[in-house]
Amino acid sequence: MKTTFAGAINHGLRRALEDDPKVVLMGEDIGRLGGVFRVTDTLQKDFGNHRVIDTPLAESGIVGTAFGMALRGLRPVCEIQFDGFVYPAFDQIVSQVAKIHFRTRGKVIAPITIRIPFGGGIGSVEHHSESPEAYFAHTAGLRVVSPSNPGDAYLMIRQDIALDDPVIFFEPKRRYWDKSEVDFERLDRDGGLALDQARVCASGADATIVAYGGTVATALTAADIAASEGHSLEVIDLRSLSPIDFDTIEASVRKTGRLVIVHEAPVFAGLGAEIAARITERCFYQLESPVLRVGGFDIPYPPAKLERHHLPDPDRILAAVDRTLAA
Amino acid sequence: MPEKNTYPVQLLQPDGRRVWDRVHTPLIADVDADRLRAMYSDMVVARRIDTEATALQRQGQLGLWPPLLGQEAAQIGSAHALHADDYVFCSYREAGVAHCRGVPPEDLTRLWRGVAHSCWDADAVKMTNPAIVVGAQGLHATGYAYAAHLEGAEIATIAYFGDGATSQGDIAEALGFAASWSAPVVFFCQNNQWAISAPVRVQSATPIARRALGYGIPGVQVDGNDVLAVLAVTRQALQHARAGAGPSFIEAITYRMGPHTTADDPTRYRTDAELELWRGRDPIDRLRRLLERERLWDSAFEHDVDERAAAVAARLRAATLTMPDPQPTELFDHVYATPHRLIAEESREYAAYLEGAGR
Repeated sequence: MKTTFAGAINHGLRRALEDDPKVVLMGEDIGRLGGVFRVTDTLQKDFGNHRVIDTPLAESGIVGTAFGMALRGLRPVCEIQFDGFVYPAFDQIVSQVAKIHFRTRGKVIAPITIRIPFGGGIGSVEHHSESPEAYFAHTAGLRVVSPSNPGDAYLMIRQDIALDDPVIFFEPKRRYWDKSEVDFERLDRDGGLALDQARVCASGADATIVAYGGTVATALTAADIAASEGHSLEVIDLRSLSPIDFDTIEASVRKTGRLVIVHEAPVFAGLGAEIAARITERCFYQLESPVLRVGGFDIPYPPAKLERHHLPDPDRILAAVDRTLAA
Repeated sequence: MPEKNTYPVQLLQPDGRRVWDRVHTPLIADVDADRLRAMYSDMVVARRIDTEATALQRQGQLGLWPPLLGQEAAQIGSAHALHADDYVFCSYREAGVAHCRGVPPEDLTRLWRGVAHSCWDADAVKMTNPAIVVGAQGLHATGYAYAAHLEGAEIATIAYFGDGATSQGDIAEALGFAASWSAPVVFFCQNNQWAISAPVRVQSATPIARRALGYGIPGVQVDGNDVLAVLAVTRQALQHARAGAGPSFIEAITYRMGPHTTADDPTRYRTDAELELWRGRDPIDRLRRLLERERLWDSAFEHDVDERAAAVAARLRAATLTMPDPQPTELFDHVYATPHRLIAEESREYAAYLEGAGR
């Protein structure tokens, strides 16, 4: 059936609530309102306010109490309302949730999902458009993922909730209303890609583009334009930001010899740096040119009227492609 | 939990005489000679654990130790109020509570010796391992309590923290969540007067127990060096929680007679006179005076308690000295519950490096 990205997550959450009585959702405004992006729409009505819990307005409290619930055997799914609001919960996420399995030598699990709408492109005010993924990818014990399309959103939220590790689930908010055909039954039956696998979503021979979340669609647009100009680009959707599936990227770069990494987050010390370093280690003799990064500038997220300059667009991606092809 | 009990509840005076209190005396009516002696014994053992661990740190066998000296009544009195299936969330200073929960001496020092990040098996004794980040555990206790409440389990949780932790957002958020959810959690603040070098007045301009009232949570102050009063108010709070009446807050007014941790030097910030004042309120001496007054004290009992404490100390020492260092390959164990590409790769590479280097 045809579904939006937000609708696909909603369906995944609904199935998780149906399948496992241990799953609870919690967050600010997720109940009667259905979340500010309506991702949890109708779930409280159907599952009750003890399964879909409207919490006080306090992010550390949301994650910290979810941790306590997990110790009692529940599988909490927390919604953080916006990317820029996650920081008050930072200690609970990185020092408590992420470390408990290691700290207890495997005796305690924290199967907590933390959903965060992230990234820009919706013309919002400050603290509503950030890309904090590098903070979390840097933390051992956490997995970090970001789907780029409705099918993956459904599949990955279900895999994530079923996983015994804590996962930061970044939802690219400018894709919430993107629609596509999703065969939920087939995904339930076949399982699809593993949560930590990247996907080659366009194949090509001249250069590899790695993107994730909201920038995958931008990269695919760039690849279409490049094709019309006679260049064939391979586009990889990372899907998992920690761990990163370097095998898939390596295989592609061995074929194309060129790599451009795209993300919205500031480039300095971002995921692009990690990918560039690792791929350089693995493919030093196959690379035809230096690995390039296209990303947000190293500035606070700008006011909405400037964000189109900050966010990588097809033209900036193609400029990088031109540079790598020229080398 | 009566909300007006903000005066310190006391059932035992420093000279060992009992205080009759219409509300709280009935709560300890069942406390017989055996229970009094057991609490005395546990307090002495807790102090001996603390002395031994402090000595081990001074001898270079532990990296750090947070002494509980002076807080024995607050810990043992509250721990004796707990049921076996209640769940304890603690800070790093609750070795006395851990002893009462059945944590064996050989499990108490693992974290402080640096061979692991935890000490004991939390689920076996229903008590978490020490929370080092101040106040984080208040939220964990609240979430656990609420989850148990949703199950219909008639248990309570108790969150131990100090006066300094009440300045942390996590404790404030925990009070808010617990009140909002009517969660069966008891907030147990050991106000030991000092958060490292900052006196309690730096943390709070109001008596700490009164903060709970602003959240709609009953708060009580108790003489934290009076084991009977602590037992009574904690029992009351736990019953209140288990009965589904929601959270409550206890401020046990006590004193940390030693340093914050073995890395601290309290002579820089507090006076001998203050220490002397609190020595006069020593919680163990106080219970001993009661036992003597009520003719429950004899040399056989004294000898028995000393032997018990010595045995625990000997086990603690022997276990600490013989703890094997972890293997380097354990670095990568349990970072994740499920297989993880990066960890697998690093683990493989480091094992190969060690083998190649002949280590």
